[in-house]
Amino acid sequence: MNPVHQTFGELLWLNFRAAYARMWVRLKGSNREITWIMAEILLPVLTIGAYVILYRTLSLPAYLGAAVIIGGTMISFWSNVLWNMSAQWFWEKETGNLEMYLVAPVSRMAILLGMALGGVVNTSLRAAGVLVLGIFVFQVPFQLRDIFAASLVFLLTVAALYALGMVFASLFMLYGREAWHTNMLLQEPVYFLSGSYFPTIYTSVIPVWVQVTATLIPMTVGLDAIRIVTIGGGSVSSVWLHIIALVVFSLVLLPLAHKALSFMETLAKREGRLTLRWQ
Amino acid sequence: MVALDGVDLQVNEGEIFGLLGPNGAGKTTLIKILCTLLLPTEGEAYVKGLDAVKSAGQIRHIINLVSGGETPGYGILSVRENLWFFSQLYGLSRDLARDRMQKLVEQLGLEEFTDSRMNKLSTGYKQRLNLARGFINDPSVLFLDEPTLGLDVISAKHLRTFIKSWMMSGNKTVLLTTHYMAEADEMCARVGIIDKGKILACDTPQRLKAKLASRPSWKIEISPNLQKIESVKTIPGVVGVSETNNIETGITTLKLVLEDESAMSDLLSKIGENGSKVLSMAKAEPTLEDVYISLVGRGLQ
Repeated sequence: MNPVHQTFGELLWLNFRAAYARMWVRLKGSNREITWIMAEILLPVLTIGAYVILYRTLSLPAYLGAAVIIGGTMISFWSNVLWNMSAQWFWEKETGNLEMYLVAPVSRMAILLGMALGGVVNTSLRAAGVLVLGIFVFQVPFQLRDIFAASLVFLLTVAALYALGMVFASLFMLYGREAWHTNMLLQEPVYFLSGSYFPTIYTSVIPVWVQVTATLIPMTVGLDAIRIVTIGGGSVSSVWLHIIALVVFSLVLLPLAHKALSFMETLAKREGRLTLRWQ
Repeated sequence: MVALDGVDLQVNEGEIFGLLGPNGAGKTTLIKILCTLLLPTEGEAYVKGLDAVKSAGQIRHIINLVSGGETPGYGILSVRENLWFFSQLYGLSRDLARDRMQKLVEQLGLEEFTDSRMNKLSTGYKQRLNLARGFINDPSVLFLDEPTLGLDVISAKHLRTFIKSWMMSGNKTVLLTTHYMAEADEMCARVGIIDKGKILACDTPQRLKAKLASRPSWKIEISPNLQKIESVKTIPGVVGVSETNNIETGITTLKLVLEDESAMSDLLSKIGENGSKVLSMAKAEPTLEDVYISLVGRGLQ
């Protein structure tokens, strides 16, 4: 006896609705507290300001100030990926929501997709605020000639980052608070290696092997591409290699996330840790 | 550690089946296996004929789970918003979700809180919301894991009434775990008594109690309490004993199941030897708790 018959189309629609609903929760929840929004815009501007002032004091080229503003803006996405995407499973587990997701007939990827889309929209709005405020306050030079190229590299960077977030989310399926350390380990090194606040590639100060390692991080590649297009006035032809790299990142990371989630879920079910709290 | 040991159980379609047992007996483990949240190391489990391991995806379409003392949802969202969100995990259309939400908030007495944020609700109302969430997909099989845990008497009664009325709506099946014997007695068509991962008995509450009819049950109030309850348990003819201490009054209530009345004189002597005085004693009709005591040898407290 099989009491459940669902076509592929019905399942796709079900997962689409679930992803939309999870996105809606993120948008609604995160924008209900105005203090959160203000903090998320103003605090990055303070960090950016510190670097811009430092570079001006040292009489370094003005484009470095613009690079910092782009870096500080994009770093919001990395923080969002780490803490509101990967670590979100931890919070969902603690509140009992994860259990409800896993008992429901929806794909875990649909839930993560909803979180990612909500995170992208939320963080984009905040990042826009940081960008505008940064440009307005610090009066740094930008040369944006190809909006299409800028939009393309931005979207591809964000896609690659959130795909990476989905891979990390699988860790929280099995582990609880222990996986926080993974996030901590990933946060600062990526801030440093991706060159968010100072150049880490195309510079003689940092060893070549460190620079090559840094390019394995989607953030480094995306950030460099966005800077080339928005500060250097580049076009698609200037960043074609970056575009290919970012597409490859997404194509590899998304299926990897799916596999990792399934593997970790099975392991957690076997070890009885799927809904175990206070770990 | 073995959580479930050779459990062989069948819950009939259309019944509320109760699983009674103390903490760590294996009740939640069994429910988690059936809800596809845990993989059994051995054996098989089926829900509506679907294998809980191989057909987990299909099972999830027809079940839901409500765990007592849990408050899933998002505190910053309202009752209505939370219910809508969970309805989307089951693909409910806008109209169907709205109708069902309306019905559930009315039946569970949540109308005046539909636009209140979840984090503003009291524990009892959060629990009602949790229950409403469990019914949002109108599951064929509902797992209720201690649904009235931590609730006041009125809220618990309200929830029990709601569950019983929902059962009238069609071919629904409920697997209920509970600590509360009276709850199981009131709600369940059949109950299984589980301890240390084993099913010790499984039948209707009436039949289980009837099997105990030949064994007298006694309720004895003593003061001060016994220093060693074990000294009573070892008296020949005492099948099982549970004690409840009232800290305010200093009175201890012993519930005893005996093989026959002959054990009573030894029992009273032992209470006296322990320095306790008998304040009152009464023979009682067997309850599910007595069934539990006779099977396990101790009470749930």
